[in-house]
Amino acid sequence: MSLQVPDEHYNQAVADVSLIACPHCDLLQRLPNLASAASARCPRCNQELWRRREDSLNRTLALAVTAAVLYLIANTVPMLGLTVVGRGASTTVIGGALHLWQNGQATVGLLVLFTAVVAPALQITLMLAIVLGTRLTPAPKWTGTLLRHHGTTQTWSMIEVMMLGVLVALVKIADYATVIPGTALFVLGALIGVLAAMQASFEPREVWERIEWAKPPGSGGQLTGRILRGG
Amino acid sequence: MAARALTAMQQGLQGCETCGLLSHPAPGEEEGRCPRCGDALEFRKRASIQRAWAFLVAAAICYVPANVLPVLTTTTAAGTDSDTILQGVVLLWSPTGWPLSLIVLVASIMIPSAKILALGYLLLAVQRGSAKSNEQRTRLYRTVEFIGRWSMVDVFVDTFTAALVQLQPLMSVEPGPGLIFFAAVVVLTMLAVEAFDPRLIWDAASAMEAQNA
Repeated sequence: MSLQVPDEHYNQAVADVSLIACPHCDLLQRLPNLASAASARCPRCNQELWRRREDSLNRTLALAVTAAVLYLIANTVPMLGLTVVGRGASTTVIGGALHLWQNGQATVGLLVLFTAVVAPALQITLMLAIVLGTRLTPAPKWTGTLLRHHGTTQTWSMIEVMMLGVLVALVKIADYATVIPGTALFVLGALIGVLAAMQASFEPREVWERIEWAKPPGSGGQLTGRILRGG
Repeated sequence: MAARALTAMQQGLQGCETCGLLSHPAPGEEEGRCPRCGDALEFRKRASIQRAWAFLVAAAICYVPANVLPVLTTTTAAGTDSDTILQGVVLLWSPTGWPLSLIVLVASIMIPSAKILALGYLLLAVQRGSAKSNEQRTRLYRTVEFIGRWSMVDVFVDTFTAALVQLQPLMSVEPGPGLIFFAAVVVLTMLAVEAFDPRLIWDAASAMEAQNA
């Protein structure tokens, strides 16, 4: 068994495209055709296998553009301010990470920067690129590459967790200073909702159905014609 | 089709983790690439149990300094005061502030320890080849996966408290040495969850079903 997979070494797709394996328990099953907004679950482990979404590419694009605008505002205006006996201070999201960096906590600073600033930015830009790329027929291979990494950015994008942390910090500080919630705090609240809606409206199956195959199955004969659907 | 359940692996098929396409490996080969998305295919995540244990043990080790060392140091005219995570929870506890105190208690103390215990239990169950209560175990895995990110809350609380409260010489707050260990626990448990392959939970049951059929 070799550790290196040669680039030209590809598996052969099964002839029946409705046949799938559950990603959580590997049970072989046939995916039924779903009505709009219906979902299919694995009969053994109850994992959601597919949820059919209407007009996914357009809605996701609209929500991703909204998210990008909100993101830019949220990261340029102050998020929290305080005043105490005539003195004031304020901070942005990046300012929080920067403060850790400058005060001997560089690693934690980077983690905060990554989860609260970098990962959400990647989550939004990759999604924009994916839905725009999928408009081409067939969808270019790079949309698949981006989609593979999109899951990671989603895992590490923690704006909603940061929001809870900021609210706790706000209440803590309110004990000894006057806290001023900044514009960014409200914009971030809206961004959390828009990001959740963006993820919920996105249908990865649509991308995979339209994508240009890494190794076109033409030679074997199976699946021909099927992959050009929507073309 | 008979009532007998079969997994893709038992049929010699591989489901792509990225795009979901089901495919046959070439004869004599176990690892190829997905013909649709080009991702590397395996029947199960490579060295899943070893990698998950490695991340989990590292997380358990970091858990000790994360809770013993202070995460915030407050300097006022009256002197310097250091708080660990648990002391932070106690400080927040007041007739009006108790809901927030509870949030921090759940997110920072209960979730990380529950995650470590739950993943350890799942790993032991898989290694012992147990085929019982797989549905509940899968649900446990999904809960751990879903809830894990929320323990980052305390990192953000301390970050923004320290960034904002810089009113020298009146009062200033600095992050303490425990913070990096606490952040490490969160990141390492998230990596352990990612390394663990939930399909392993069902493999013992699938093998038994195949034998009995």
